[in-house]
Amino acid sequence: MHTRYTDDRGGSMSVRHALLALLTEGPKYGLQLRQEFEARTGEVWPLNVGQVYTTLQRLERDGLVESDGEDGAGTQKSFRITAAGAIELDAWLRTPPDLSSPPRDELVIKVLVAIRVPGVDVHEVIQTHRRRLVELMQEWTRVKRNASGDDLSLALVVDAELFRLDSVVRWLDAAESRLRRSPVSTPAPVRPPNKPVREGARR
Amino acid sequence: MSALELSRVSKVYGSGAGEVHALRGVDLIVEPGELVAVMGPSGSGKSTLLTIAGSLEEPSRGEVTVGGLPLSRLSRNEKAALRRRAIGYVFQDFNLLAGLTAAENVSLPLELDGAPIRTARAAALAALERLDLAGDADRFPDDLSGGERQRVAIARAVVGQRHLLLADEPSGALDSVNGESVMRLVRETCQAGVAGVVVTHDAQLASWADRVVFLRDGRIVDQTARPDGPESLLETGPAR
Repeated sequence: MHTRYTDDRGGSMSVRHALLALLTEGPKYGLQLRQEFEARTGEVWPLNVGQVYTTLQRLERDGLVESDGEDGAGTQKSFRITAAGAIELDAWLRTPPDLSSPPRDELVIKVLVAIRVPGVDVHEVIQTHRRRLVELMQEWTRVKRNASGDDLSLALVVDAELFRLDSVVRWLDAAESRLRRSPVSTPAPVRPPNKPVREGARR
Repeated sequence: MSALELSRVSKVYGSGAGEVHALRGVDLIVEPGELVAVMGPSGSGKSTLLTIAGSLEEPSRGEVTVGGLPLSRLSRNEKAALRRRAIGYVFQDFNLLAGLTAAENVSLPLELDGAPIRTARAAALAALERLDLAGDADRFPDDLSGGERQRVAIARAVVGQRHLLLADEPSGALDSVNGESVMRLVRETCQAGVAGVVVTHDAQLASWADRVVFLRDGRIVDQTARPDGPESLLETGPAR
């Protein structure tokens, strides 16, 4: 069981537009598109061949790409972007991504619960997550460190992960500092079963 | 032999009702070639830990050993010599002397230690060259960018035969890309065999270390596990 510290919403949408972007350079084969996608995202987001061909078929159905006309999804089929595809890509690049917060952030809930559960030290819970986050950040930094200096795509992808994880660490730091300033009076460790927690504990 | 060893180190400032316990029984061992980050909020004792490790302050209790030498057995002068020869510091605000050129700033610790000016300058130029600053040797700190000033400070910290590098928020107010090049240099310095300790509240900075220890209220409360292989993330990565 793992707590997710990162958010992978919108993954398939990005693949669709990444393929369109690659086709702006000229006609390409499916396998070639897969290799170029992986290379340009720092090989951090692997794609399987099935995903590539399914996405290409949908793009073709929607009139955003066209192929050289052979039937089926043969590996020798070459794809090119249509005028409608170019317009779609341009619109997508300028559309803000969904940055609204997830309805129930798992880590926030864990900290809120830890405040109220008798016998649980919320600072210890915070530290456990902080350590794991920093360990993940160490792994990403190592990837960046070992990457060649001119792999710009990888540096950008790793930076994005590091900033995302860093923001979670900062939230934990802020939460801890807030808890120190106004400690929560946790319920007594022993309480009769089925007695509801007091109102203030609910969101 | 460890490059740095703190054993049950405590530090108390003031006395009676005004007593402040900055460090409470800290144990820390740093091996040659290892970079350790000490992470904690302000007031956690991390700067005190660094000044005690660098013999700038004495612990109230416990022992500090640098390169096998217990600091409590050294005289004031012996400690000063150890600081000039073996220990390099990088501070948040760089602490370069404005009236000296980059090369003079870097050669200063060697000259203070009695090295002939020509030898000290040659070592300074070599250190500046390693940090990509060969062309800036005769420029003054005010004519350098923030990133360049911090690289000069690192050159000064590693010039000669230092084997312990101590850094307090070394990327200071630099932007993240310049901060990253500072950490890359600290990292490379350690890979060449120097032991490094960086204290910071910044997780991105700390993530350059081999090991991150967490300090709270003067105590080490936790530390990161030894890392897996570098490619583990790409195989089981969280980004998927």
